[in-house]
Amino acid sequence: MSAVTTPAPPSPPTQPAKRQAPGPARSRPAHPLLRRLLPLVVVAVVLVPVAAALWGSGAWPSALTADVKTPLDDAYGWVVRNRDTNPVFLYFLLHLSNWSDSSVSWMTSLLVDLGWFPVTLGALLLSWRVGGLQSRRGLTLAGVTLGAFAACGMLGMWEATMETLALMAVAVTVSAVIGGLLGLGGGLSDRFQRILRPVLDTMQIMPAFAYLLPLVLLFGIGVPSALIATIIYAAPPMARLTALGLRGADPGAMEAAQSLGATGWQRLLTARLPLARKEILLGLNQTIMMALSMVTIASVIGAGGLGEEVFQALSTVDVGKALAAGIPIVLLAVWLDRTTAAAGDRLGEGSGSSAVRLLHGRRGWSLTAGVWAVVSAVGAALLIEEWPEPWTVDISQPVNEAVDWFTSHLAAGVPVLGGTRTWADGFTMWVLDPLRDGLTATPWWLLVLVAAVLGLLAGGWGAMVTAAAAMAGVGVIDVWNASLDTLSQAIAGVVVTLLLGFLIGVVAARVPVVERLLRPLLDTMQTLPQFIYLIPVVALFNVGRSAAVAAAVLYALPAVVRITVQGLRQVDPAALEASRSLGASTFQQIYQVQVPLARPALMLALNQGVVLVLAMVIVGGFVGSGALGYDVVYGLQKSALGTGLTAGVAIVFLGLVLDRTTQRTQAKAGPG
Amino acid sequence: MRLMNPKPRSSRKHLSRAAAVVVLGITGLSACGAADTGSSSSKGSSDSVTIAVPSWVGAEANAAVAKYILEKELDTEAELTQLDESVAFDALNSGKVDAILEDWGGAPKKVDLYVEDKKSVVAGGDLGVVGHIGWFVPKYLADKHPDITDWKNLNKYKDLFKTAESGDKGQLLEGSPSYTTNDDAIIKNLDLDYKTVYAGSEAAQITQMKEDYKAKKPFITYWWTPQWLNAQLDLVEVKLPEYKEGCDAEPEKVDCAYAQTPLQKYFNAEFAKDGGDAAKFLKNFNWTAEQQNEVAAMIADEKMSSEAAAKKWVEANQDVWQKWLP
Repeated sequence: MSAVTTPAPPSPPTQPAKRQAPGPARSRPAHPLLRRLLPLVVVAVVLVPVAAALWGSGAWPSALTADVKTPLDDAYGWVVRNRDTNPVFLYFLLHLSNWSDSSVSWMTSLLVDLGWFPVTLGALLLSWRVGGLQSRRGLTLAGVTLGAFAACGMLGMWEATMETLALMAVAVTVSAVIGGLLGLGGGLSDRFQRILRPVLDTMQIMPAFAYLLPLVLLFGIGVPSALIATIIYAAPPMARLTALGLRGADPGAMEAAQSLGATGWQRLLTARLPLARKEILLGLNQTIMMALSMVTIASVIGAGGLGEEVFQALSTVDVGKALAAGIPIVLLAVWLDRTTAAAGDRLGEGSGSSAVRLLHGRRGWSLTAGVWAVVSAVGAALLIEEWPEPWTVDISQPVNEAVDWFTSHLAAGVPVLGGTRTWADGFTMWVLDPLRDGLTATPWWLLVLVAAVLGLLAGGWGAMVTAAAAMAGVGVIDVWNASLDTLSQAIAGVVVTLLLGFLIGVVAARVPVVERLLRPLLDTMQTLPQFIYLIPVVALFNVGRSAAVAAAVLYALPAVVRITVQGLRQVDPAALEASRSLGASTFQQIYQVQVPLARPALMLALNQGVVLVLAMVIVGGFVGSGALGYDVVYGLQKSALGTGLTAGVAIVFLGLVLDRTTQRTQAKAGPG
Repeated sequence: MRLMNPKPRSSRKHLSRAAAVVVLGITGLSACGAADTGSSSSKGSSDSVTIAVPSWVGAEANAAVAKYILEKELDTEAELTQLDESVAFDALNSGKVDAILEDWGGAPKKVDLYVEDKKSVVAGGDLGVVGHIGWFVPKYLADKHPDITDWKNLNKYKDLFKTAESGDKGQLLEGSPSYTTNDDAIIKNLDLDYKTVYAGSEAAQITQMKEDYKAKKPFITYWWTPQWLNAQLDLVEVKLPEYKEGCDAEPEKVDCAYAQTPLQKYFNAEFAKDGGDAAKFLKNFNWTAEQQNEVAAMIADEKMSSEAAAKKWVEANQDVWQKWLP
């Protein structure tokens, strides 16, 4: 506790603290809390009357706004006019753009020209080798790979899959290099790490869509923008985990290396990096997964591949076809995740003494490569390059019928309860409208103050300043009302997500069967491109804010459920056993033992829920959320930089407010 | 049979090699002077054409038929890129795209900038299809209330169109933000008690319309012809004050119906000049709304792939497209 209590200035308390200690359940004494809030209360008492007298107590005062739209639109006009002549573009950005274009198209044509047989076989052998040629795991992996690639072909998505893989390959390579180098810097230099961390933190809460607009301005629509957006999005986990691995190197080993007279470089190459291999591989795994999710989002700005197939299918309201393109994305995710995870897990294993030497190390790789070359050559000679037409199945018809049946029965046909459309109307009128109107009617200074107080309570002074500044920021850039509209949707979405997530999580944590059944469903939901939900969501909830909230809940729910389950599971079994032997009922066990003990994990779930719900705001724009989501979509589609970028920045600000007010800092994680 | 370099030996080695290539690549490219802006000689050669396809199906039909004929008859590879109306002009300017086949006049500023100012884009003439935007209600509603098709009576019926989103006003359903719309101004200037609710995407708008139609619920929506969905849903246009030349000149003051828009083609200037037969063919490309709808309905309604739909139409309509060939 002492780490965060700040010495109260000696000024006399002019007003009793507004906030009570939050809830009687907590045994924390009120004094430190009071003391912490005191300076803020003093400042507020002095500043608020002045601000209210000067600028009123309604919405954000227009005197305090700055016009950012006009300069942005001017900048856009300037870039358009000068893109072909300005040296910055000619000698730097265009090179980057052309290089991205050519490397991705080179990779695509390589994969497409190789043909389906060698590519599938290559992937299969690669995963087999990574999983271990002799082990069961290797064989399972090989089976998963074969299944994944065959399904991609059978769904008629071979070429689109290869386009996505090519973009992925380039993006992951570059992200890994950049992330690795940054991580190296962060791992070796304390000062670098101090600069790097806040940057990575902020990047992580930035919704992916926020990157897209400025990139479109610089690079136009197409592969370069998509590639660079993906790299920006996917590099941070690599940097973070590399730094973590290097910092966590066993001091004993380092000492040993030093005592053997190794130079700095030798120590890095022979001790530090090898010792950090596991973290680095985990970073690579995370980078790959994030790149995959971004590659599909980037279809909005012309990335091509599977994402574009999904998007195109939507224009004819064809959920089945969209799903046919979405499934390969899920399968690619499963394949890549398992393969990289296997590589990480196997690092620790020594080469077993009884194993056949031919199947290990370098020889194993040569053997794999040899088999691949020979069989591919034979296969390529015997089979045609393109995926054979008769081997494809059309799933779109049955899927569309199933979705139709499902939605029409749920939308209006539920007896007594009415159906989802009635609920959605009720939710809009009784939850979203009052929430929005309440926020809009609140004086602007009070909202800034509330952000500050919550930030201070959650994370301390730094969090307070960030939260208050970000809240004020949306006013300054003159999107106050739209932001509050979006904020009301985000808050409603977070509450619903948490209620459902905790409920499902508690059940899943207690009943193993439920968890086993849920896991594949959660995996699929997390990797399926969000756009696929659009049509069913509208069919169920009507166009409007309820639909947007529903889409956000669907997106954020898996992570919340997962973290909840994990948190509850990690509760010390002894504590649970003790309560059980004392005769506690199931509910008592959950509410008095499991939930309190799992609090840090539940707080993390809250924070993740907030970040994910906010990331979906823009996808909400596609189903009628209005407000900021609509503005970003408008900006992207009409290339109106002023409107779009301002809204994007406002979403980032809201993200900062919500993140800082829900994220407990390390020092406070454990009470006392 | 092409045989390729042997498969990666080890993922780590492979990675480091790839990394080296990347680093070399970056240093290499910054050393070699000004970059190719893309609009010059590298494109525009007549063996490959890129056509922008906006997100609606009519445009997909144009592009699919053009691609099929280009590839079959003119031996020119055609690439289709999905781009919205406005950004497609940027791509046309930079040379990333050679042709837009269906423009609804939704980006007048871009046309000014690129066609008039920079002269990097040239007009390519009529597509032959005339587009029309308006407010539409389902036929079952017009049958029940025959006078609903006159804007003057809309206020009388606003209660029919109330939703949770529109509050106590009537809801006018809007589509994707990329569409040309004057509806907010029209509502204000005609004193209508309605509110625009943006579906945010064509997919959401169509889903909403289909669901309401299935349930025979009243709705009024921004809509247009030609559109493939018109074959499925029977819609009637609401009469707005008649369109007169110039009545939509100032966005805030529009109080009249939408104009009849002959849809336009636009080409990258260099492609138009040096594009050879492919450019001539695209300039000649001209068909009617019925013909376009035939292909669009095959794609959207019968869920045929656009290639298959184009093939079917091209084979059945030899006499139409023969005239387009240079």
